[in-house]
Amino acid sequence: MRFLNKKTNIDFMGRRKIAFATSLILITLSIVMLFTRDLNYGLDFTGGTLIEVSYATAPEISEVRSNLTDVGMNDAIVQTFGAASDIIVRIPLTATEGESEAEISTVVLAALQQGVEGEVVMRRVEFVGPQVGDELKEQGILAVVYALIGIFLYVMMRFQWRFSVGAVTALVHDIIITMGVLAVVQVEFDLTVVAALLAVIGYSLNDTIVLFDRIRENFPRLRKASPLEVVNISVNETLSRTLMTSMTTLLVLVALFIFGGEIIHAFAFTLIVGVLVGTYSSIYVASTTLLELGVSKFDLLAVEKEGATIDQNP
Amino acid sequence: MNQYPAWKYLLIVMVLFLGVLYSLPNLFGEDPALQITSARGFAIPLDLDANIEDALVVETITFKNKERAGNRMLYRFNSIEDQMRASGVIKEALGEQYVVALNLAHATPTWLRALGGKPMTLGLDLQGGVHFLMQVDMDTARSQQLDRYVDDLRSALREERIRYVSVRREGNKNLLALLRSVEDRNSALEIIRKDQSLQGLNVSELDTEEYFGISATVREQQLLELQQTALKQNINTLRNRVNEIGVAEPVIQQQGADRVVVQLPGVQDTVDAKKIIGATATLEYRAVDEANDAFTAAQTGRIPPESRMYTDESGQPVLLKKRLIVAGDQLIGASSGFDQQTGQPQVSVTLDGVGAKRMLDFTRDNVGNRMAVVYIEQKSGGRKTEEVISVAVVREPFGKRFQTTGLDSMAEASQLALLLRAGALAAPMEIVEERTVGPSLGADNVEQGFKSVLIGFLLVLVFMAVYYRVFGLVADLALFANMVLLFALLSMLGATLTMPGIAGIVLTVGMAVDANVLIFERIREELRNGNTPQASIRAGYDKAFSTIADANITTLIAAFVLFLFGTGPIKGFAVTLSLGIMTSMFTAIMGTRAVVNLIYGGQKRVRKLSI
Repeated sequence: MRFLNKKTNIDFMGRRKIAFATSLILITLSIVMLFTRDLNYGLDFTGGTLIEVSYATAPEISEVRSNLTDVGMNDAIVQTFGAASDIIVRIPLTATEGESEAEISTVVLAALQQGVEGEVVMRRVEFVGPQVGDELKEQGILAVVYALIGIFLYVMMRFQWRFSVGAVTALVHDIIITMGVLAVVQVEFDLTVVAALLAVIGYSLNDTIVLFDRIRENFPRLRKASPLEVVNISVNETLSRTLMTSMTTLLVLVALFIFGGEIIHAFAFTLIVGVLVGTYSSIYVASTTLLELGVSKFDLLAVEKEGATIDQNP
Repeated sequence: MNQYPAWKYLLIVMVLFLGVLYSLPNLFGEDPALQITSARGFAIPLDLDANIEDALVVETITFKNKERAGNRMLYRFNSIEDQMRASGVIKEALGEQYVVALNLAHATPTWLRALGGKPMTLGLDLQGGVHFLMQVDMDTARSQQLDRYVDDLRSALREERIRYVSVRREGNKNLLALLRSVEDRNSALEIIRKDQSLQGLNVSELDTEEYFGISATVREQQLLELQQTALKQNINTLRNRVNEIGVAEPVIQQQGADRVVVQLPGVQDTVDAKKIIGATATLEYRAVDEANDAFTAAQTGRIPPESRMYTDESGQPVLLKKRLIVAGDQLIGASSGFDQQTGQPQVSVTLDGVGAKRMLDFTRDNVGNRMAVVYIEQKSGGRKTEEVISVAVVREPFGKRFQTTGLDSMAEASQLALLLRAGALAAPMEIVEERTVGPSLGADNVEQGFKSVLIGFLLVLVFMAVYYRVFGLVADLALFANMVLLFALLSMLGATLTMPGIAGIVLTVGMAVDANVLIFERIREELRNGNTPQASIRAGYDKAFSTIADANITTLIAAFVLFLFGTGPIKGFAVTLSLGIMTSMFTAIMGTRAVVNLIYGGQKRVRKLSI
């Protein structure tokens, strides 16, 4: 079986202006979204308390609320979580000033049990103090930045600086658009999502490197072709692999999204978006940047000799 | 011809064999078990087994087997019912000196354990439990330290009969002493320079209209030391307390400069856990009532009005004076060592100014009498335990620093020193992060996690087989081997499996086939270019190699950064992802090549590849 029966010969680079415009629009929209709607920061970053409990029978939300108001938790947000008998209570940090922050869950759990027949089972309690929330935010941003620097250096070592710029541009493009989508859909942005974003970086880079590798291989082989043609041919040659790997990765991610449970939802969603954007970006963004930077066969002369040792005549 | 030398096949078989061997422990499940440790961290006496087993025989409870490892004993049972019943029986038989904790011990066969085989440990999000991140309140620790300096300076001045106007703490950082004359100030400065307990102060002269003053701040170096010892001390205290709760495998670790991570697997009552962790324990030094006999008093119940009845570690009665000599909050430090003259193990204790003075006054009048150390801990529910942990004869007067000898061994001395230090929290701590997962959610997570791994895995297997036919099946084999190796590595490294870790495994499944996709697409390409099947296979593997290496190394960079910056669960994701990538390099390249060579390599003429 194959998706692409014949050798493809799509003029990807011919449409790069359209792609460039599309990317630009998407990035602008994403940035606008990030500033106007903002990300739906989860507990990890905002701080506060989250309590998930499971009732024997579905309770009246209004009753739960009034129970909480009775013990002074006026800012508590009560929602069902998955099943109707599962309740999540969120209490922001500001609502609890003065009291010992860590004791809130105790008070809330006692309040939830009030006037309920059958046991209220504690499923999960999370409390993040204000100091920790800010640190996690800082660490998250640093992690992304250091990953990008590390990748830039490695690609520069193995290829050349133009390739580094191309790869990193594609990655920044992916992160911004993925986060834009997260802002639109208002998926809860927590630590697992940061992990997912870094996995997206790893994945998208994977795609880009495969393409770059082919470009490096093709420059000396297609001596008469222009850089644009070389890139175009390379994209076409790696196209079936790109699609295939995206397919298998998406398959497992969809399995994770559907069967992995609520806790892993945001993670799986972020990766699905990231893989889609990353597949597109390695075809268009990385290679377009490469062309705009004026890549030519002379950029890879040193590597060309190395490449020649790979047996050309099997 | 595509043939592998014999050693390569041998290598692959060996690696796979080891992989299967070390992933095996995960299949045996767990035994309900009881873990017995000493409440004070001492080694368990060898004859304790008999006590326990006698008690079990009386209640006709049978156990599967027992083992002794370091400072703990482990009894395995056939059912949870037996375990629960035995827990009560053993607690009764051993009393409060031992902690009996419920535990699920892995049921790996002995021969496998002898080879170092062990299953993966499940993270808190999978088995349920509590995670606390506690932060030492350094501001308070600092002002406490300044208060001590103030006390010490006052008593030093008094001792040298230098009259002062005032010695006090100014805010959180400064100590201010006011004196009446330049001479007094010079003598005071001299004292600060010389007195052992006043080291660590930066002093400067400060004149006011009326008085001659000294302004002092604590040296940066001293503060750092203070922070380090405070943190260590708190960890010790926490460890003892966690032991008290009866948690089988707690994690108590320093994180950063001023934080402690406390993880209590299986603990569900967080309210109780918080209380115990936050409890305040302290020490008291009291005189032994030499005029009356403790045993007689215990028997007759007639306790002299100036005394109180205590018990020691083995439950023996001890009669102590009500008047307190020194309390634990006057204790600055404790360390173990050897007596320079006799070579016997000893514990050196350092008291603050007030404590030292009181101790000196007491010991001067009581040479030849005995003094006892009482360990007091405030427990949940307002309960309080008081226990005499040491009784020693006063040989000569002492004050600030003194030694307690008469200890049995060096181990006991260092344990006692640890206990003395652990007695009180050096600085208050607050919980800055809590993550508690109830057992029901943990079980759900395990189920959903493994379900999604399994479904994702099967989908990829089917997809690859349909898409690449025989080669796809070969890739499927490699993917399977990859999973076995990944589980073996995770088990061997003692990694903790968390929900994000499972996500890492799932992602690995998706990305591990990438190497095979790259190779197979290359082979197809070579075939399209009109090369012979054998040549295509060789070229496919050769040409794809550098691409695969580059692509995987860059992914590893991202995973490595994730590991460096991530906390707890995120680290789990990074670990499984990077290990998965590394094992996939082996299985997807070398493993598939070996199988492909076996299928096609021997044939002189292969007409067509099933790809």
